[in-house]
Parts: sequence; C-alpha cells; structure tokens
Amino acid sequence: MYRYDDFDRQLLAERTAQFRDQVARRISGELTEDQFKPLRLMNGVYLQLHAYMLRVAVPYGTMNGEQMRKLGYIARTYDKGYGHFTTRQNIQYNWPKLNEIPDALADLATVEMHAIQTSGNCIRNTTTDQYAGAAADEIEDPRPYCELIRQWSTFHPEFTYLPRKFKIAVTGSPNDRAAVRVHDIGLRMHKNDAGETGFEVIVGGGLGRTPFVGKTVRDFIGKNDLFSYLEAILRVYNRFGRRDNKYKARIKILVHEVGVDEIRRLVEEEWSKIRDGSLRVSDDEIAQYIAQFAPPAFEELQANDPEFERRKQAHPDFAAWVRSNVIAHKQPGYAIANISLKPIGGIPGDATADQMELVGDLADQYSFGDVRVTHEQNLVLPHVKKADLFALWAELNSALLATANLGFVTDIIACPGLDYCALATARSIPLSQRISERFGDLERQYDIGELKIKISGCINACGHHHVGHIGILGLDKRGKEFYQITLGGDASQDASIGKIAGAGFSEAEVVDAIEALITRYIDIRTVGERFIDTYRRVGMDPFKEVLYGDR
Amino acid sequence: MSLQVVTANRLDDGLAVFMTADDGWSTDLRDAVCAEDAPQAEALMARADTEKQQVTVVGPYLIDVAQEDGVLVPTKYREVLRTLGPSVRTDLGYQAG
Amino acid sequence: MAIVKNDSVIENEWVTLDDESSIPESGTNVLVSLGRFKAERDSLIARNGGLGVLLVPGDAPEDLAEDIDRFSLIAVKFPAYTDGRGYSYGRVLRERYGYAGEMRAVGDVLRDQILYMHRCGFDAYELSDDDETALEKVRAALRDMTVYYQPTGDGRATAGSLRDRRRAVLDDATS
Repeated sequence: MYRYDDFDRQLLAERTAQFRDQVARRISGELTEDQFKPLRLMNGVYLQLHAYMLRVAVPYGTMNGEQMRKLGYIARTYDKGYGHFTTRQNIQYNWPKLNEIPDALADLATVEMHAIQTSGNCIRNTTTDQYAGAAADEIEDPRPYCELIRQWSTFHPEFTYLPRKFKIAVTGSPNDRAAVRVHDIGLRMHKNDAGETGFEVIVGGGLGRTPFVGKTVRDFIGKNDLFSYLEAILRVYNRFGRRDNKYKARIKILVHEVGVDEIRRLVEEEWSKIRDGSLRVSDDEIAQYIAQFAPPAFEELQANDPEFERRKQAHPDFAAWVRSNVIAHKQPGYAIANISLKPIGGIPGDATADQMELVGDLADQYSFGDVRVTHEQNLVLPHVKKADLFALWAELNSALLATANLGFVTDIIACPGLDYCALATARSIPLSQRISERFGDLERQYDIGELKIKISGCINACGHHHVGHIGILGLDKRGKEFYQITLGGDASQDASIGKIAGAGFSEAEVVDAIEALITRYIDIRTVGERFIDTYRRVGMDPFKEVLYGDR
Repeated sequence: MSLQVVTANRLDDGLAVFMTADDGWSTDLRDAVCAEDAPQAEALMARADTEKQQVTVVGPYLIDVAQEDGVLVPTKYREVLRTLGPSVRTDLGYQAG
Repeated sequence: MAIVKNDSVIENEWVTLDDESSIPESGTNVLVSLGRFKAERDSLIARNGGLGVLLVPGDAPEDLAEDIDRFSLIAVKFPAYTDGRGYSYGRVLRERYGYAGEMRAVGDVLRDQILYMHRCGFDAYELSDDDETALEKVRAALRDMTVYYQPTGDGRATAGSLRDRRRAVLDDATS
C-alpha cells in the first residue's frame, strides 16, 4: 500500500491549516457564505437537512487498519457514533459541527487521511476495483495508477473550478467492478497487440439527470502518456464544457452535444502539444509506484484447506457466507472476504464506530492491514487465508457484519435520501429497508440470484438507479413521495442505462411492485439466467404487464 | 397564503433553526415568529438575510407552516423531517428529545 | 481596488477601452478586447504605447499566438470566481506561446484562488480591496502551500521531481 512520504505529509499539514483558517474567516464574518461555500465543498463539507455533513476521502477505496479505526474514532468523537460509506468509496458523517471540523481533519491527518476534493467542481476521489491486487481475473493492479492520478489531481491549479464535478474510475480487470463506463473518464486496462499494458480511455459516461454510457476516445494509451492525456481531456473540458446551466455542465453533455469524434479531435490536438512535456511519466517512476503496491508477504499454501472445508460442513451459516461473500484470490490458499454493510432491514452503507474499529483490527489480524470500501457500499478484506476465514466470520458475525447477501437482492445501493439530504425529493433508506425485509430469507435470495437494486432519492442519481437491474427513483408528487421503477440498467462491462417501466408507485405500493417483477422473472427465466439476462432476452413487456396489467 | 416562518441552519453547528420575534434563532419551531401574508413574509426574510445574520446562520428561507392543535407544524414533509430528525434514526435529532 | 504584482501594490498604467471609444494618442497604454484587437490589429500594433488585450471566458488564447511578443499586458477576466476557464488560458499563454509580459487576473479575484492563478502563470491580481488588505491577501495566499504535485509553467519544483532528485542523491551515495 502507498504510504505518505514527507512531501505528502507536508502538503496535508498545510492543507489542514489552510482549511482551519478558512473556517475561522467564515465564522468571523470575513468570508460570506457565498465565498465560503465552494471552499468548504472543496473540503467535503456540505450543509444538509439537519446539520453539516463531512465527507472523508478514501483514495481508491483503500485503507489500512489504523485508518479504519480512526474513522471509528471520528464517528465517536465528532459525530453520533456512526458513519455512512458511499458509492464513491468514501465515508460521510452526518452531524459534525463546523467549528470542530478543523480538529477532526487534524486527527484524520495523523493517519494520512483528509477530505480533499470530496465535493466541489473539481476532480473527485478516483475509484477502482475493490479487489485490486487480489482478484484472480486482474490484468494488472490499477492502484499505482490511481495513486498517480490522486497526486496529479490533488489541488490541480487549472482544474479546481471546472464547469462541474469530475469523476475518474479505473479497472484493471476485464470484469468491471468499478463502473468505468458511467464515469466522466473511465480507464480500462488491457493489453495492446504488442503485449504492452495500457488503458482504453472512455469519456462522457455518467448518471444524474441525463445518464449516458461513456464513449471510447482512445483505444489505447500507454502508461507513460496517461497523465498528459488526462490533462488534455480536462483542458478541453475546462475550456469548452457548458457553464450556462449546471445540469448541462458535465462532460457527458459536451460529448453528447459535439459528438465523440469532435471531442477526440480536440483532445488529440491538445495532447499533441503537451504529450512530450513534463507530465510524461518515466518507466522508472511507474516502477516506484508499482513497488509501493507490491503484494504482501503471502505464505505458500495449498489451494484447499481441509479445516476450512470441515468448518463449512459443520456450520451452514458460515458456508452460506462463504458461498455469497467470499471470492477467489489470485494467491493459492487465500480468499477475498466481503463484509456486507447491508444487514436485513438495516441502513445500506452505515457502520457504527465499534464496527469500524473492529474491521480495522480484523484487517490487521487477517488481511495484512488492508481494507477496502466498495462502490456498492460494502467493505472488503482482500487477503484472508482460507484457514482464517472461519475465525474471521465468527468475529464479523458477533458484530452483525456477516450478512451473507453480497450481490443478492438485499445488497441494495441507496443514497441517504430525504432522511438526510438537502437535495432529495423522497426517502431512499426506508424503502431499501422494506425491500430488504421482504426478501430477507436467504434461501429465497439465493434462488433469485444476482440482482442489483439501486435507489436514488432524487434525479441526481447518487444511488445509481440508472444502472440498477432494478432501479428506483424517489420523487415528490404533490407533496407525497412516489417511486419510479427502471429496468435493465447495468454498471458492469456490459453497461446499460435502465428504461423507465411506466407510471410511478406510491410508497405503499412499491415493494409489492418489486416483488411482482421478481416473481415474473422467476416464472420466465431459463436455467442460469440472472434477472438482467432475462430482461435482455424478453424485454420490458412481460415485466410491464405484471406492474400495470392492461393499464 | 399559508402561514410562513423563516428557517436556516446555524453557522457553527449546522442545526436547523427558526427565526424568533427578536431576530434570534431557536431550534424549536414553536418559538418562531410567523408571517401571515406575503408582505410580512418578505419583511421577515429581509430581517433574516442581513450581513449580521450571516455570522449566525446559513441560507435562510421561508417555509409553509400550519397551526395544528395550537402548535406550528411544517406542511411539507421535508421540513417536518428537519423539525424531527431522520425517520430511520428516531434516536437522533430533535425527535430524540 | 488594488493591483498586486511582485509583492507590491502597483499603479494601473493602462486605459481600458471599450469597443467603440476612440484610440488615444500614442504614449498611452491601452487594453482592448480580443475582438477589437482582431478587428484593428494593424493600427493597434503600429501605434506607440503599450498594447494589452483583455480575454474573457470563451475567447481563444490561440488568437494571440502570432503576436504574443507585442503585448505587455494580457488581462484575463474571471467574471465569477467559479468560472475557471481563465486558468487554462493562463497556462496556454505562458507555457505554449511563451508569453513573458504581465498577466493580470481581473474580475472576481479572491484570496483563496490566487495561488491557483499564480501556478497557472498569473503575476498580477486586481482585488476589490484597499491596498494594504490586497497585499496582505496575496501574500497570505502565496504562503498557503509549499508542496505541489503538478508540473506547471510556474517553475516550482513538484513533489515528484524532488523525490527523483533525492533518489538520485541516495543512489550516488550508495554506488
């Protein structure tokens, strides 16, 4: 894992002092709220319905145990004992006081953490595969490039007042777990004909009010050229992105309006002028970063552990958890353990201070001090010995962290919605809780199979509903919450935007509507078909029929 | 026109507050000063949105309220939530007492 | 209103012309819009006196490339501090076209944006403050940070280049 050196630490110390000064200037009245707002946003401080909200960055979703414990400490000391993991692999706190945030940030800085660029019209936290460095299907570990992107994008002087926010995601695996096709820039690692590893560059994907699957501007960019190419894209966007309407300001609208060919022409022209400049990264420098993410000291183990197999036989709950939450590791004898933050009937993505501290300890004990946050609002211990899985599970289970539902119908993404968010038009969390309760039975979930439900509480789509196999969008209709259902969305390498099924449902009706869709799927699926596969085969009509009959 | 009060978030701790008759702010809607017509509402907003108030509160705005059993309550659900706290965490916010 | 440049407050020695007013006699420094520069280029560069251009968001800095050495002032307008196009203009002018004269940020220029402007090639800032306050703000802004990740044309060493240098020294010491 990357560890800060003295330069990184110095920068963070200066930033912490700078924000403390900005807060002091606001509280003294030297800064108006209008002047302060972009400064606080650039540091992840929002004003929500009930209080401020502080969003802390987890760069590319990777932390060590000490950092995780510190997140728990922050929750207990500056908040009300919990935090909420987000779809940007970050964490947010719902109740911090503005005058205490500088102290919280100083505490975070002691473990090399911060809230830099977790909001604002700048380059946000770069996200990646939560299984990076562990996945069996990986071409190359994307984290060294994510770290280089982190540095390049941190306080980039030219790109801090962009037309709108800007999100970059990277996948090092052909199985895209980072949703790169629905990002402002998606980078997909692959090998070219010469056998070199580089990146496909996808631009202009995004969710929000106007969802788009991104378009490829370049099939292959070599590692050395990645940063000058990113800079060229950002410069084109900064200069030509729309600034007249905040809902048309994302790069996806620019790509849509001028066309990907014109974007490509502009980017390539800009790049031709800077490609040989100081952003070219040498092989030597890349090697330095790859070394920072060298695999931990894995033991040479047999692929199978007999004790592990016996435990599965003896403990069906453990076996269920292994089946749903444990994933193949590239190293024999090791496994990737997913920690679901979706207990049945719980609040998706929330974790208590105690849980965070426990996960930090478990990361140190069982996973080489490595813990990840997923964009699906779960946690991962990426490097666990199979022989340790039972002990790990037992500890997780005692802390209500062993729900065996990864990727199933109750593993729901939900934004905070109207329970917390100032922008929301409807609540998301209660709906996710009721769906979770309706389908809580594990056998039923396993029978339904992989099914991604994603819920947003307004059209800004923080809950990714456009790419849910079943998406739910909460709206306000004459003072009442109602919910629109979309079908057929997908955030994976086969990305697609869901289609609206028809008229929305009241709060009372919507869970029944979801159940009707799932029942129809079970009736018409063929062997091995997931919900999304069936939908793709049969289209909207059979599902519409159960929702609306002849309506 | 519905009755209206001015709400905002307090600058230092961010909590939802409501403007009182003496241009102060209370966390309890029942303490709020009420406008009964548009000119009164406009006058309230003018008192809330001054340079001086900017060092006390953030983003003042008018909300519709109604008298229910002699108590002021917001008419929009969003504002009801602000007077209570998250519906999914009834142990938190003003509703927790 | 005060203009801060090179750690001091300077007098504004430029007359900003709108697109209709007549061009004063030689000797006066004039600042014109890009549109006017393009329309009256020949007469503007023929006259005696400093020539400056004011770029506003949407203008193409490329239009100044051919004549870059003729300008002694390029002012870049930030109509609102949230409009960041001027940062790109600054870097293109300095780093691509080698502009060496004064580059002045005008408009909604605030203390917390000055360091970014400086990194993008600006060397003068017009603030809506009194002289003393403006100077203090610019000084404070430029002191905020000492570590930078991105290479720009401002000549500051980046963290990456300092790391390289340190590695080279360590390698020498061990070889």
